[in-house]
Amino acid sequence: MPLVEIKDLAKVFYRDSQRIPVFDGVNLEMEQGEFLSLMGPSGSGKSTLLHLLAGLDKPTAGRIVVGGADVTGMKRRQLAAWRAHHIGFVFQFYNLLPVLNAYQNVELPLLLTELTGRERREHVMTALGVVGLSDRAEHYPRQLSGGQEQRVGIARAIVSDPTILLADEPTGDLDAKSADEILTLLQRLNEEFNKTILMVTHDAHAAERAHAVMHLDKGVLSR
Amino acid sequence: MKFMRLIWVNLLRNKRRTVLTALSVTVALFLFATLRSVVTALDAVSEVGSETRLITRSATGITFALPQSYFERLRAQEGVRSVSWANWFGGVYIDASNFFAQFAVDQESYLAMYPEMAIPEDQKQAFFRERTAALVGSGLMERFGWSLGQNITLQGTIFPGDWEFSIRAVYVPEDPSFGDQMFFFHYDNLYEGVNGNIMPGWYVVQLEDPAAAPTVINQIDRMFENSSNPTKTETERAFNAGFVTMWGNIGFLVRAIGTAVFFAILLVAANTMMMAGRERIGENAVLKVLGFQDGLLFRLVLVESVLITVLGGALGVFGSKLLFGPNNFVNAFIPGFEVEWSTVLLGLAMAVTLGVVSGIVPAWQAMRLPVIQALRRVA
Repeated sequence: MPLVEIKDLAKVFYRDSQRIPVFDGVNLEMEQGEFLSLMGPSGSGKSTLLHLLAGLDKPTAGRIVVGGADVTGMKRRQLAAWRAHHIGFVFQFYNLLPVLNAYQNVELPLLLTELTGRERREHVMTALGVVGLSDRAEHYPRQLSGGQEQRVGIARAIVSDPTILLADEPTGDLDAKSADEILTLLQRLNEEFNKTILMVTHDAHAAERAHAVMHLDKGVLSR
Repeated sequence: MKFMRLIWVNLLRNKRRTVLTALSVTVALFLFATLRSVVTALDAVSEVGSETRLITRSATGITFALPQSYFERLRAQEGVRSVSWANWFGGVYIDASNFFAQFAVDQESYLAMYPEMAIPEDQKQAFFRERTAALVGSGLMERFGWSLGQNITLQGTIFPGDWEFSIRAVYVPEDPSFGDQMFFFHYDNLYEGVNGNIMPGWYVVQLEDPAAAPTVINQIDRMFENSSNPTKTETERAFNAGFVTMWGNIGFLVRAIGTAVFFAILLVAANTMMMAGRERIGENAVLKVLGFQDGLLFRLVLVESVLITVLGGALGVFGSKLLFGPNNFVNAFIPGFEVEWSTVLLGLAMAVTLGVVSGIVPAWQAMRLPVIQALRRVA
C-alpha cells in the first residue's frame, strides 16, 4: 500500500463569481522512502497540491490518504493535530520566527507533543546535528546565512520525525552553492533516514536530485 | 508553561511599544486605585458622625459664629443631654504645606461627647488641667515626630500671633475614618488670647434619644429663627456629609474620570495588540502549518495581552498602595484615606479585564487566520 495516495483530486478557486479551476482528476501515489520533485509553470497548482497534501486547504473533489489516514475527511482541528505529527514543511523563505534562536525555532513543533524539556532538547540537538548546525543553536535567524536559515528550517521540519517532508521551492531563495548544500541534505535525509519527500521546484537541476520528476501543467500531472 | 517563552519573546519583540503600553496601564490603574480610595475615604468620612449628636451652626454659613448665650438656651431644650462648642483655629505649623485641622474646644464637655477618641486617663487629666495644653491625634504625632510634653508653636491666620502649646495628651481614633490628624486645645486659651473677642463657631448637641433628632432640630432652629443669628441644625453625620459635598459631587467626578481613563487605555492597549497581531500574520500562519491549533493561538495572543496589562496594572495599583498605605501624607486632608487591599485586587481584576478585552479581537483574528492567504504573503 502506498504511503501517499491521491485520487481524482480537483481544486477550484472562486474569485467573486469567477470560477478558476486549478486542476481536475489528479492522481498520485508515493511509496515510503520515495523522493519526488514536482515541476511546472507558475500558477500550475504545484503549491496548491502541496497545501492540499499538508491539509492546509480542502480539495473541491477527490481524496488524499497519507499513511492510511484520509486527510480530506478530517476537520480543521483534527488536521492541525495530524499535521503536527505527520507533516514536515520546508518553505522557500525559511519562515523562521525572528525572535527565537535556531534551537527555539526547531523546538516549536515539539511544544505540541508530550515530551519533557530534556527529551525535547535531545530531539532538537539531534535535528540540528543532522543539518550540521549544532554549533549555531543559540544563533538568531538574523545571525545566519540564507543557507543556514534553510537548514534550520529543515531541522524544524524533521524534528518531530514526520511521515512526509513537503518542500516548497526550498532552494528558490538561495545561491547556487547553498542550494546545492540543501539539495544534498534533502538527498541525505531520504537515503540515510528513509524520509519520504515531495519537493516543488522551478529548477530542473534541483529536480534531478529526486528519484523521479513530476510535471503539473494545465491541470495534468505526469511523470 | 512550555509556551511561556514564546509569549515572553513576542512580548519583548517591540520593547518600546510594550513598555509604553504597560506604562499607560500603570498610570490608569494608579489613578483608579487612588481615586477610588479617595471616594471610599470621603464616603467613610461622611458617615463617621454620630446620629446622637447634632451640630448647630449659623444659618448664614459655617464661618459665622454664634453667641455664647446660645449655650444655656440649647442645654435647656427638651431631649438635649449636653452641649459643647468648638472653633476652627486655622493656624500654620512652620509652613502652610504642613496643613492639619486645629480646633479650640470646651475641653471637658467636648471630650465627654466623643468617646471615639481613646485617650489614657492620666493624659486626659493633664490636658484638662493646663490652659495651654493640646490634645493631638496619633497620626499627627507620628507625621511630625512630636512627643508628649513637647512645646509647639502655631502661627495664627484667623487669630494673628504665635500660639504656644504643650502636647499633654494623644488620642487614637476608634475608627480610622474619624481621623488621627487633628489638634485640639482649650477654647479658654483662645478666648483669652484674643481678649474675649470671639464667639463659638458651632455647638455640638448631645441627644437623649437619636429618634428625637428631627424634633430637636426643628425646635432649635425655630427658637433662633427670628434672632439676629439664626441657626442651621443637623445631625453630625449629615453635617459631615454636607462638608464632603461642599467639594462637589466628587464620587461622580472621580467615577467619570476613571471610566474615561479606562476606556482611553483600553483603546491604547487594543491598538497595540492589533498592531502586534497584524505584524505576526505570517508567523501565525507558519505556526498553523507546524500544527498549532486555532485555540492554542487564540490563548497565546490573549495571554500576551493580559500579561502586558497585568504587569502594567500591578505596577500602578501596588505603586498606589505603597504611596498611600496607612498614615500617608494625605490623611491630614482626608482622614482614613488609604489604598486598601480590596482596591488592589479590584485594580488587578480590571487589568485582567483590560487585557482580555483588548486582546480578544487580535486573538480571534489569529485563530481564524486563513493559512493559505497568509502564507502567500510570506512563503
